[in-house]
Amino acid sequence: MSEAIELRGLRRDFGERTALDGIDLSLEKGSSLLVLGPNGAGKTTLLRILATLLRPGAGEVRVLGARLPGEAWKVRGRIGFLGHEPLLYRDLSGRENLRFQARLHGLRGEVAEARIDELLRATAMDRRGGDRVAELSAGMSQRLAICRCVLHEPELLLLDEPDSNLDGEGRELVRKLIGPTTGRTRVVVTHDPKRTLADADRAVVLGGSGRVVHDCRAADLDPDEAWSAIVGATK
Amino acid sequence: MTPTRVAFAAILGKDLRAELRTLQSLPAMALFAVTTFVIFHFGLDRTALSGSLAAGVLWVTVLFAAILGINRLFVAEREEGGFDAIRLAPIDGTAVFAAKAAALLVYLLALELVVVPVFAVFFLDSAAALPPLALVLVLADLGLAATGTLISSMAVNSRARDLLAPLVLLPLAVPLSIAATGAIEPLLALGGPGYHRFGTWLAVLGLYDLIFLLVGYAVFDFLLED
Repeated sequence: MSEAIELRGLRRDFGERTALDGIDLSLEKGSSLLVLGPNGAGKTTLLRILATLLRPGAGEVRVLGARLPGEAWKVRGRIGFLGHEPLLYRDLSGRENLRFQARLHGLRGEVAEARIDELLRATAMDRRGGDRVAELSAGMSQRLAICRCVLHEPELLLLDEPDSNLDGEGRELVRKLIGPTTGRTRVVVTHDPKRTLADADRAVVLGGSGRVVHDCRAADLDPDEAWSAIVGATK
Repeated sequence: MTPTRVAFAAILGKDLRAELRTLQSLPAMALFAVTTFVIFHFGLDRTALSGSLAAGVLWVTVLFAAILGINRLFVAEREEGGFDAIRLAPIDGTAVFAAKAAALLVYLLALELVVVPVFAVFFLDSAAALPPLALVLVLADLGLAATGTLISSMAVNSRARDLLAPLVLLPLAVPLSIAATGAIEPLLALGGPGYHRFGTWLAVLGLYDLIFLLVGYAVFDFLLED
């Protein structure tokens, strides 16, 4: 099986502060990676580099066979990114936002509308799809953001705290779109290993120094052990 | 890659829809311009203006009103994550530049549809100069839209964007202002419109437009990146 992600000596600094320091990592296509770590460990930075939204400072980064940042154009449109912000325009409705995204990703008229209907139904947002995003709750915005993330059927999902703001029903609904059964390669950043460890193939823990301090099969990591590893990584 | 014309239409449509819904830029631009004309009307204590004074009052007012729109051009992209959403899509940065410049051009044309008649009522004796004046303003707006889009995309990432955009834009707009007022001046001359060196100034405006559209085309991909 070929690699979806290959990182060799990845480093990224923000001024004097080092966010990522010599990350080596590879991930097979179709598998799920859980990224754990304390606040400020560089998890979001890692995800943004993989999404082509940040340039790596040093090292080699390959995503879906493309070398970043030079070949970012080859993978844009094949990645579904869910960050801390929903990336939705507050003055447009959910449906208008999804229609806008669909056009940017080259989805055409009826195909796009059918896909948007399908996603709004799947997230139980079909009745609120016409409301402006500014009028929606944080949980509803998150459901729409997940619709946006998977609208174009991406090969690789990069998910930063995908469950944030979602209630139990919401978590169950979006699981069908971004969970392990989708068959897509997934990188999931979370602070909640207890809920997500069972869905992953591999887990890495980033330490406060921006280095990988723990890298193992997810099945080998007990949720309590994972929690201890996160707490330990801060020291 | 998504075809550039599709991405262009999507971004332009999104911007115009959001502006129509929220009216965040255009009413402020128009109100600023009309208020400025009122201030000039009483400040200069003149019932009619002509020549270079009329050209200066009209163009400077439009330019300053445009800055209000330029400051807000990328605010939704910055504050609502639109930059990330756009960069995640398989589109050419040129489409973003073209769409944003087109949106700003539409704002400027809409602004002038309101404020030029107001200017004529306040300061002109006849409306004979308005058709050729429209041609000058369209050419000047095109250059202002190209420059304004470039500057706005850079300034929006700064916390001092409201200061930065005018500080960088105004020096770049000096050649545009010279050409625009140079073309407008004979049109608003006493005794009716004249066309002294009119063609030359139109050519300068066209050259300015071409240069800044090409600069935008060449550099906008880099401006969008981290």
